[in-house]
Amino acid sequence: MSSALNLSHEPVTKIPHGKLVMWAFLASELMFFSGFFGAFIVLRNANYDTFGQGSALLSWPLALVNTFILIGSSLTMAMCIYHLERKNNRFFQLFLGLTILGGFGFLIVKFIEYSSKFEHGLFPGQEHHTLFFSFYFMMTGFHAIHVIAGMIPMSFMWFKSFTKKGYPYPVKVETLGLYWHFVDLMWIFIFPALYLMIPYHGAIGGH
Amino acid sequence: MSETSVVTPDSGTMDVGHHDHHELPWYRKYLFSTDHKVIAKQFMIAALFFMFVGGAFALFIRWQLAYPGKPIPVIGSILPASWVTEPMSGVITPEFFTQLLTMHGSVMIFLVIIPLAAGMFGNFCIPLMIGTDDMALPRLNMWSFWLVPPAGLIMMAGFYTETGYAAAGWTSYPPLSALTGLPVFTISGQTLWLIALFMIGFSSIMGAVNYVTTIMNKRAKGMKLFDMPLTVWALFITAIIITLGTPVLAAALTMLFMDNFLHTSFFLPDSLVTSSHYAGGGQPVLWQHIFWFYSHPAVYIMILPLMGVVSDVLATFSRKPIYGYKAMVFALSGIAFLGFIVWGHHMFQSGMNPLLGTTFVLSTIVIAVPSSIKVFNWLGTLWRGDIRFTSAMLSGLAFVSMFIIGGLSGVFMASAAVDIFIHDTYFIVAHIHYVLFGGSLFGIFAGIYYWFPKMYGRMLNETWGRRHLFWTFIAFNCTFFPMHVLGLAGHMRRIYDPNVYDFLKGLSGLNEFITISAIVLGFAQLILVANIFHSLIWGKKAGRNPWNANTLEWAAPEHPGHGNFDTDITVYRGPYEFCVEGRELDYWPQWEPGESISVHHHTIAVSKEESENKVFGAH
Repeated sequence: MSSALNLSHEPVTKIPHGKLVMWAFLASELMFFSGFFGAFIVLRNANYDTFGQGSALLSWPLALVNTFILIGSSLTMAMCIYHLERKNNRFFQLFLGLTILGGFGFLIVKFIEYSSKFEHGLFPGQEHHTLFFSFYFMMTGFHAIHVIAGMIPMSFMWFKSFTKKGYPYPVKVETLGLYWHFVDLMWIFIFPALYLMIPYHGAIGGH
Repeated sequence: MSETSVVTPDSGTMDVGHHDHHELPWYRKYLFSTDHKVIAKQFMIAALFFMFVGGAFALFIRWQLAYPGKPIPVIGSILPASWVTEPMSGVITPEFFTQLLTMHGSVMIFLVIIPLAAGMFGNFCIPLMIGTDDMALPRLNMWSFWLVPPAGLIMMAGFYTETGYAAAGWTSYPPLSALTGLPVFTISGQTLWLIALFMIGFSSIMGAVNYVTTIMNKRAKGMKLFDMPLTVWALFITAIIITLGTPVLAAALTMLFMDNFLHTSFFLPDSLVTSSHYAGGGQPVLWQHIFWFYSHPAVYIMILPLMGVVSDVLATFSRKPIYGYKAMVFALSGIAFLGFIVWGHHMFQSGMNPLLGTTFVLSTIVIAVPSSIKVFNWLGTLWRGDIRFTSAMLSGLAFVSMFIIGGLSGVFMASAAVDIFIHDTYFIVAHIHYVLFGGSLFGIFAGIYYWFPKMYGRMLNETWGRRHLFWTFIAFNCTFFPMHVLGLAGHMRRIYDPNVYDFLKGLSGLNEFITISAIVLGFAQLILVANIFHSLIWGKKAGRNPWNANTLEWAAPEHPGHGNFDTDITVYRGPYEFCVEGRELDYWPQWEPGESISVHHHTIAVSKEESENKVFGAH
């Protein structure tokens, strides 16, 4: 009787469940970061000089390097999906490995930035901390958490691909890819907001 | 009523869904189950437990307001020393009183109403009502529940911190909530409150993305979006609100957490910063904007699912199609959309450009339009119906009538000019309880009375159900209606001792009356619990479709197991085909084959040939 049941049929929208959940979740994530950006816009306008001074203290070349690393890892992510769908396991491993490496590279650069900020006493609770750095650590910190959260299932998939069966779920990799591109996209907004929008009349180091 | 034409096999297979599952260990069946029905029951039990916790908080508050300075009866002498003015005195301190206000609000909203409205009904109704076996991602669903009890415990653990529970009100306005006076990296009750809320928010989001996907992807064969019952529609729209609104709260909570715990100053302006550790430059009103951007939609998270539930209950027990099905759906969507652009009406007193205030006044008053569409459609459904006054129906009627009162007082405070007068008075308290208790909670009762037979396979006792609702309804109105009067007389919302104020001394009798009613109201809920436990064991067997309803959950076995259905489900028509012309029975389940045509919005059952020849000439 029950074996004939077909309640769990093909998705009505033709989009796999996991992927649709991911899209909904990304909408949610977008609103999460929007909360930060909304607060950032309001408080930046109210503290224009403080934000300019804080922004001038950041190292935009390091962040630019990070931007390219992250965009590159998005590209390798897309390529690893391409190769998994065509069952090129070697290339899948190569490109997924590169993606994970990109994530690590991003975090290492981030770590270098953070430790220099710590030396200059810019962390919350330290003497030179300003509102700008509250935003800096919160937004980049949450972004870094997102990077780490993406790397965990990626590493799992990567290790699994070395087993005899390989990694057999292209849809899951694609879903993770959506997430990874989103994390990349968020960085594309965080980067100019924090590093590049230095008001021209900023007191220190402005142009 | 005969069941002859209902095509569900009705023997032998009761109580079980699938047999082909391998046997699961007990903790996978009852604790970490991925079955949406078990998760719904877990939500229900956890939330009803917290309802009594929150209710106890409320009674403490009421006692203090009615009899300030008098010891709390019965349990006064055993209260912890940090709660009372002197050991064993039984009189609570002002500090504990503010903690009670905060915790009552937070517990009731985040651990009772949202878990019941979205968590319990979302989990129970969606897969059953769209005719599928489970959620799209069952394991994600399980985790969405298992974040709630730890979050509740974390919130309650505030008791063990130096400052006690969070005490800045459920809205936690900074600077009060941000400046704890404690050194950096010190956990206060407020810190725990923030962490707990973040977890609950994450749980809601995990649930909501799952609901959206389930409804879009897993509808039974033949079920179009406009064949879904209004409960599912309401939960669908609620899930969208949660998906888009709750993360904004999470962002605000993150910032407040950093202010509170790491001593940043997102919400702390220069003038208020007392210690050199704070950088300053923040804005307290910013918190209010971000908080209410979530929390206004949140009130719709708390009531929309129940609007759906009540629509289903009303249609079933009036034996009539819901009046204006599509209008109901569009009204729900309209409320959801408007809910996102009205948050400023909570902040008329916070300092706002009058022009902006006017904008918020207009957008808020516009919400009365979709809300009244819903109310008139409910009344239209009842009109000339063959009404059955079951417990579920009585709760549904209570919902509609109380929602009208709460909705109308909402229009009062939507107007900035009036709101400035009644802001932060008991009028507001009366309003929120009329919509959240009179509205949401009666809707929840309606849903529990309606779906209990499908949840546990047994009927709730109708007599005791009626008694529960009678006492709840009477005591509810005696408790909250006089609060309108208190509020207009100027009784402030969060005061410890009203007798301090001369102008409130004359109202102490009213305060006592409210408190006595509130105690009755609290104890009336024990009837529901007793009824649930009694019926679990001795309740009448329910059968598949005890209410003769149309929606798909009643096609499932009496007590569905993992996998829900024992037959394949195909949907042939909308969910509200009651009293169809040309049919012997007064209901026509969605899963039952049969031809019909529609003439001037009336469905008429016809034979196959008639339908093929289009004898009535209209479709």
